[in-house]
Amino acid sequence: MAARQYFSRGALILANDSNQSAQASTALPIHIRDLTKRYGQMYALDSVDLEIKSGEFLTLLGPSGSGKTTLLMAIAGFNRPDAGSIRFGDTEMILTPPHKRDVGMVFQSYALFPHMSVTENVAFPLKLRKVSPAECAERVAEALATVQLSEFGERGIDQLSGGQRQRVALARAFVFGPRILLMDEPLSALDKKLREHMQIELKHLHEKLGVTTVYVTHDQREALTMSDRIAVINDGRLAQVDTPHVIYNQPANAFVADFIGESTMLPLSGDSAGRLMFADQVVTTEAATDAAADHLLVVRPERLFVLRGETVDPEKTIAFDGTVREFVFQGETAFALVAVDDRHELSVRFSTDSASSQNELQPGDRVSLGLHREDVITIPDNA
Amino acid sequence: MGWLTKPASDTQVTHRDRLWLYIVATIIMLLLVIPTFIVIPMSFSDSQYLEFPPSNWSVRWYDEYFGSSKWMRATVTSLQIGVLTMLVATPLGTAAAYALFVSGHRAARAVFMFLITPMIVPVILIAIGTFYAFGRVGLNNTITGLVLAHTVLAAPLVMIVITASLRTYDLNQELVARSLGASRLKAFFAITLPQIKFSVLTAALLSFLTSFDEVIVAIFVSGGVNATLTKHMFAALRDYIDPTIAAISTIMVLVSSVLLLATQFIGNRDK
Repeated sequence: MAARQYFSRGALILANDSNQSAQASTALPIHIRDLTKRYGQMYALDSVDLEIKSGEFLTLLGPSGSGKTTLLMAIAGFNRPDAGSIRFGDTEMILTPPHKRDVGMVFQSYALFPHMSVTENVAFPLKLRKVSPAECAERVAEALATVQLSEFGERGIDQLSGGQRQRVALARAFVFGPRILLMDEPLSALDKKLREHMQIELKHLHEKLGVTTVYVTHDQREALTMSDRIAVINDGRLAQVDTPHVIYNQPANAFVADFIGESTMLPLSGDSAGRLMFADQVVTTEAATDAAADHLLVVRPERLFVLRGETVDPEKTIAFDGTVREFVFQGETAFALVAVDDRHELSVRFSTDSASSQNELQPGDRVSLGLHREDVITIPDNA
Repeated sequence: MGWLTKPASDTQVTHRDRLWLYIVATIIMLLLVIPTFIVIPMSFSDSQYLEFPPSNWSVRWYDEYFGSSKWMRATVTSLQIGVLTMLVATPLGTAAAYALFVSGHRAARAVFMFLITPMIVPVILIAIGTFYAFGRVGLNNTITGLVLAHTVLAAPLVMIVITASLRTYDLNQELVARSLGASRLKAFFAITLPQIKFSVLTAALLSFLTSFDEVIVAIFVSGGVNATLTKHMFAALRDYIDPTIAAISTIMVLVSSVLLLATQFIGNRDK
């Protein structure tokens, strides 16, 4: 809780500096309305509306060129949108220069100052705020302790490992008690093991600081691991904003279903009763409200299981018959492609634990795959 | 001669295979350097005329140089103009290089090319043009005029040196500094400048040298009490051959070499 207290103090100082009413919490909500940014004819951001809650960890997730970094840079103040509004709490920020926004920022390249020691790097934002030397030293020490680098203050930047540099960049970004923390793919330069470790650490740090955090990544697993909510962004528009659970289990559209996790999509057609059908399989027992429109069935590979002759209750389970095209052992899981008709293949992922090792399939095998009805995901097909 | 068969590089090329390269490189270096260094023994000659090799040795031409108020005044003028050129060209060139590098504007490249044209245009054209332009505004034969003209020649060098050092510099550092509360100006002075300072120093020395060594523009636009050392030397060579020139040349070679070596040494220290 030490970090929390010291953050409240930081917030008070900042609040006094900017002549705003002192706030009990450091965190501020971000209200983004109708934000548009064009580069020539290309819309990097196209009327984006986004509410980021106070203290929330929100991830902007999307492929490269989707506009996620443009949005982050707009929040930081490094690009000026053509239209729209960005409010931190009640304050309109759209015309405020970056150095007056009180936003902590961590870059992919860390961007530590190589001509300064670790301590000097972390003290930099405090010096700019004319914090007294004694308090500065105290807060730097606390920040370094928070990122477990207490012993490293005197080191030069070139004497640190990648993970340590990342932590210094973090400490520098939160030491002055910013109301908002922005991170632009901060872990992408680290190797896989360290990255997974840092994901957990960042999550803990966020819980400790309680500061509103906007995190940019193109790594969906990272987004699912860390976020309170994920904003999936594509072509400058928000495709879906929700919790990792909902994003994964109830994707709103084909882009989200395809981008997050593995999935196979099968085209559905409505029958006379309004139910959605794949071939002669009834996929939704309830009549769809818009059965006339095209729909897709999204199948997550790990939700499929092999039926071994047992009879299934069609009320609870859908069965797909097909032929194994491919079977690949991949360590903790095995992966198969099963053709269910001439044009459609289902991806299937099996656990390789000892109990299911008999799941080994051979190309050419006939196989029956089950899918529980509660795992059925249907989305409108807009393509 | 064991070293001949030792590999000279990771690709196992031996020094013997490279012998031709060493010889060619040595010949080229000698061709470049000998004309310059030949003046050094000449300057220590006792003769009235330029003589190589000297038959008698003496430092009389150095006495002549240091004892002459004409030469001393010209030297002071040259140093003055060199230092002023350095003080004007370095900040201007650095600011231009930084702005063009950071802006990312479509026209930035074209503007950069435009600003470094003094390096490409024959200096004699610049000299003639400057002479006529200065004639209209009364800047000929003034310190200000020559400093301005030399700044035009030196600023491109500054821009090239600074741009090269910015290429290896992570500009995100400035973004971070700004997000942490520094204004653009503050971010430049606190974060960027300390990291390119040796390049700035190199650029400054090069601008000084550009001015100090410059003769063509100086012949046209400097004169009277504000004539530079190089202009006096050129006039002396034309009017009467005098080994004082060799003595001055030796000193100038020394100064230039030391400064150039310094830039080499300093330039590699950023990063």
